[in-house]
Formats: sequence, structure tokens, C-alpha cells
Amino acid sequence: MEIKNAFAGTLESGDILIQIAPAEQAGLQIELDSTVAYQFGEQIKKVITETLTGLGINDASVKATDKGALDCTIRARVTAAAVRATGKDVWAD
Amino acid sequence: MQRLRRTMMFVPGNNPAMMADAFIYGPDSIMLDLEDSVTMAEKDAARLLVHNALKTIDYGNTEMVVRVNPLNTPYGKKDVEAVVKAGVHVIRMPKTETADEIRELEAEIVKVETELGCVGRTQIMAAIESTLGVINAYDIATASKRMMGIALGAEDYSANLKTQRTPEGMELLLARQTIVVAARAAGIDALDTVYSNLNDMETFRKEVELIKSLGFDGKSIINPRQIEVVNEVFAPKEKEIQKSLTILAAIKEAEKRGSGVIAVNGKMVDRPVVIRAQRTIDLAIASGIIKKEDI
Repeated sequence: MEIKNAFAGTLESGDILIQIAPAEQAGLQIELDSTVAYQFGEQIKKVITETLTGLGINDASVKATDKGALDCTIRARVTAAAVRATGKDVWAD
Repeated sequence: MQRLRRTMMFVPGNNPAMMADAFIYGPDSIMLDLEDSVTMAEKDAARLLVHNALKTIDYGNTEMVVRVNPLNTPYGKKDVEAVVKAGVHVIRMPKTETADEIRELEAEIVKVETELGCVGRTQIMAAIESTLGVINAYDIATASKRMMGIALGAEDYSANLKTQRTPEGMELLLARQTIVVAARAAGIDALDTVYSNLNDMETFRKEVELIKSLGFDGKSIINPRQIEVVNEVFAPKEKEIQKSLTILAAIKEAEKRGSGVIAVNGKMVDRPVVIRAQRTIDLAIASGIIKKEDI
């Protein structure tokens, strides 16, 4: 799946900013900056990975700036960024 | 017990923090907004956010409503698909002017529900925000069995009327009364418009008192601070509660004896009196004044 640069989300409290770019190497590279990285860093990366692979995106570079987003918000923002990056209206249901 | 809709709190559909916290304040309904509070560029992201929030967050007994974009925009039908799939209770149609718009919305809902195997799950409410909408209020209120309420949207309506809103609200009187009458005739709820000056709680309270006396079931609100005022105004007084309890006890007794008509304190009690008494008790329970088990 062809990917272009795209982002979704904000830097407001309770939200997460997801930036997606074409992969520089095979697989998903996730760079996470989070206010709660110590407690939830792995969980946030897991939700990002699951959401992207669920959409058929296995190669991409992702930068996530988290401000304490719930899992459902992370899923929504990752999906929105992925939809914008691929140009396809993929519905993850 | 009939669902109470004293407060329907508007929450912007692209604000995850507000969406996660809204139910804490205890509104009767939460309306997640995909329409006016979301910019064109963010419609897709807000739709996904609302979809995921509805599927994941436990809103308890709060009624979940989503205001979708009009169906003649590029967003409306996608909004309907997303929120029906997420199990929303009610879809609010903005700027409704004719019954056909409700039937068109219903057809879209049926399409998605058929795919999911849950036809009939989603209810509809219409916001009436123009003079044509007010003229057609009863047709709109009865356009579908899914209709649960109609609401006044006063900002657009006032502009359409070529006037502006005043603290007294005389300019809205005909629209408000038409909407209440149409809702009552259709057997559905009537909800009043928002009051957006949060610094003037006194005028807000007066407006809530006015719309309660006109017969509205509740009010659209934009801030948790407004919930307490609405609930206070709608809470029944002690004397009303005692009278209602006496009436309901008497009617129960009469039913046991097989008697249709009864008198309480020398006054005849018929169906409208019983309905009013039941509503008073429902409100008293919801307001925490009495407990169900104490009755």
C-alpha cells in the first residue's frame, strides 16, 4: 500500500498526534513521545501496531506524540492518519 | 419509567478529553457533535473519534446522541454509517425542514442496520432551525416511528426570522409552542434550544423556568455548569410529590377493587392526572429527592 506523509490528532490534553510517513525500512517503526510513557508506553505502541496492521499497513514510519489519550482515541487517530496517508477510506470495524 | 431528557449536553466530536469526561457530570443525554463544531478538514477524524468512543467508553445509563452532518453534504451518509455501526442510541438530524429529510435519514439507517442485523435499533430526533421547519413541525415529528423528539435550534431560526435573540425570548414563542404542541401530538419529547451566555446564569434559569412552563421535556446545554440549574428547575416540589404519591396509591387501590374512577381529597382523578402524577414521581426519583424503593 502506497503511503504519503499524513497526520491526525492534536497536542491537547487527552489526545494524541499521529504522524505517518513512508517506511525507511521494512516493518513499522514507532517513535513515541508520551507524558505517560513509563506506565503505558508499551500499551500505546501495541494499540498503534494493531490498528495499522488491521488496516493492512505493515511498513510505515510513525511518530506519536501522546498527551494521555485513551485507547479508543489512539485507535481513532491512527486510523484517521492512515486513511489520510493511503487516500483510501478504510473502515476498521 | 420513561426516559428523562432534562439535559442534552453538546460535546464537540473532535475533542477526546471532553468526550471521555462528559458523562461524569450526569447529563441525561450527551450529544456528540459532528456538524457545526467540527471544521471541514477534521470531519473524517471526528467521525472516527466518535465511532471509537461510542464503541469503547462506558457511558452508563446516559443516552448517547450524535448530531450528524446534513445528508446533502459529502459527510452525512458516512456519519450515519459510522455511528449506527458503533451502536448510537439516537441520531440528531440538524436543520430539518421537511418530513422527507427524516425518511431519507431513516432509509440510510435501515441500510446499515440491515447489514448489521439490528433493524430498528437507532432512534431519530430532529432539530428544527428554520421557519419552514416550524411550519412542518408535526409532519417532521410523525415522519418515522423512530422519532423520539424534536428540538428547537434558535440561532439559525432567529436569523431566518430576520430578528435576534433577546433575554425574554418573545421572538421564539411561536416556534417553542409549535414544537411542544407538535411533539405532544406525536407522542414524543420536546427539547429547547441552547443558551450560550455562561456568565449570565440568572437569565439562563429564567429561560429554563419559561420552557418548563411551556411544556418542554428539557433543554440543550453547552456546559456542565448548566446541568444543576436545569435539574433544580425541573425537580418537583415536596407538596407536588406528596400529592402524586397519594394519587398513585389511590389508583393502585382502585385497580385492585376493579374501579375505574376514583376521588382523592374530594377531587376526581382521571387519566391525565395519573399521567402527571407518574411524571412527577419519575422526576423526583431522577432528581434524587425520593428513592424508588421508598414508594
